[in-house]
Amino acid sequence: MDVQTLLSLLFEPGFFTSEPVRTAAVIGAAAAIVSGVVGVFTVIRGQSFAGHSLADVSSAGGSAAFLFGINPLLGFLGMGVLAAMSMELVRADRASERDLVTGVVTGAGLGVAALFLYLDMTTSSTTGAAVTVMFGSIFAIPASLVPLALLVGAGALLAIGVLYRPLLLSSLDPDLAAVRGVPVRLMGLLFLIVVALAVALSAITVGAILSTGLLIGPAAIALHLAKRPGLAILLAAVIGVAVTWGGILVSYDSYEWTGGRGWPVSFCIVMLIFVAYAVVAQTGPARERRQEHPLPSGEKPHVTSAG
Amino acid sequence: MARGEVLAVRQASVSLSGRSILKDIDFSLEAGEFCGLIGANGSGKTTLLRTILGFIAPSSGSVTIDSGGKLASVGYVPQKFALDPYMPMRARDLVALGLDGNRLGVPLPSPGRRRKVDEMLESVDATRFADQRIGNLSGGQQQRVLIAHALIRRPRLLLLDEPLANLDMRSVAGVVALLRRLSQEFQTSVLLSAHDMNPLLSAMDRIVYLAHGRAASGSTDAVVRTEVLSQLYGYHIDVVRVHGRVIVVAAEAEDDAQAAVAHDPVHVAQVP
Repeated sequence: MDVQTLLSLLFEPGFFTSEPVRTAAVIGAAAAIVSGVVGVFTVIRGQSFAGHSLADVSSAGGSAAFLFGINPLLGFLGMGVLAAMSMELVRADRASERDLVTGVVTGAGLGVAALFLYLDMTTSSTTGAAVTVMFGSIFAIPASLVPLALLVGAGALLAIGVLYRPLLLSSLDPDLAAVRGVPVRLMGLLFLIVVALAVALSAITVGAILSTGLLIGPAAIALHLAKRPGLAILLAAVIGVAVTWGGILVSYDSYEWTGGRGWPVSFCIVMLIFVAYAVVAQTGPARERRQEHPLPSGEKPHVTSAG
Repeated sequence: MARGEVLAVRQASVSLSGRSILKDIDFSLEAGEFCGLIGANGSGKTTLLRTILGFIAPSSGSVTIDSGGKLASVGYVPQKFALDPYMPMRARDLVALGLDGNRLGVPLPSPGRRRKVDEMLESVDATRFADQRIGNLSGGQQQRVLIAHALIRRPRLLLLDEPLANLDMRSVAGVVALLRRLSQEFQTSVLLSAHDMNPLLSAMDRIVYLAHGRAASGSTDAVVRTEVLSQLYGYHIDVVRVHGRVIVVAAEAEDDAQAAVAHDPVHVAQVP
């Protein structure tokens, strides 16, 4: 089999010339890079639930955008940022309390989304809105959305770049950061707003509900592989782009073997993430420990000798 | 504050949620002094440290730190530092954050920065595990890395909250010896909280003894005495010295205090 045949098997005809595929690849990559970078901090800070909650609440904005015919990215963005600020401004110092606040806000946001989607369906009979908002329709993204998406992505990356060190320190331990004069609460607020940007980008790509997969998955995989922060961030971005493009390819090719119906891109992306995580989770720090801590003879940890 | 003093706590009282935690705490530390903050669990050690750090405002009295013109005047090693093994951070990354973790922007590789981090890691004998994830280090190794993080800017005052808890005996001795050496080398005053004073007896220049929200301070010999501790506790306490160790015993156990005193040598009184 020559290379030509192999490539044509891998990439169905028209893949590289299709306008929707190209738009999907660009926006998908932007969403994946931002989600990967932001995701590493989200996981380190133990805010995966907050990230998911922001996505759910932003779906209210996305469905409102459909109802009123405005740019869906702006809808997700506006609602997400609003939710981020209200979640952070509610003074909830205990983790359990914070969880409750997040949970209640999430419920309310999804409720509003349900209302808007219902109105979408009854007033304008756009039955596709629910699927698009919740699960994404990456091939249906108009090319006109690309500049705004890239702008939002660049803004999020710039913010992470500027906040990098104080954010890392306060994610590690708020007290250590506070001693160094880092405004820890402000850091938390700014970070959650950046999460809202990442989530909005993912929402138009894989849908609001599945954006958690793109936010947490590549970051989780990267944390298994990298042992320094910069490398973990880079790796998460690369893995994100790889699974996103891989998912687009599998979805595009699937039209061939599903008789023209095709599988949704979101499904393909999150399945690739799941499989990759399942493979990587077999390895990780546990193995590193065995390799890097050979016990030198005569030096035993945790010896309790008398005296 | 008097000349040579790095920290002055003057008649400081602290209330949390309307409950009085500390009353009229009064002591000071001079440059390079090594001081143990000794007290049973719940005696207010962490509250006192957090007050000195400025996280809690005293309801009366004052806390003054002489920064000596330095920006980073206080280093801090928190008590609870349970790191997830997946945290993508090597020992040297945490130490580097001690150097410039408050600065904006992504750190650019620089030979000067690298050299400072290497030197600091060497000072705490952490070079051997400098490139391992902190989450995978033993408790004693983590303490060394945290101490390096806190000291890399050469602060005049280093506060440590129960750094010896959960360490095996060999690590305890190692960490105490390290702190004693660094406090002299860097002329940094060390204030270290512990519920057991024994590992610190040979290292301490000064002891601050907390009980019932009050403190007695002075040299170990002046404070850890039957009369002083009895006055601090408000009932009779025996200080017993056996095999170079100090055991504080309540003769008549007063309700809940008894058990705690029998196990955790602790307490206080005003020392002239």
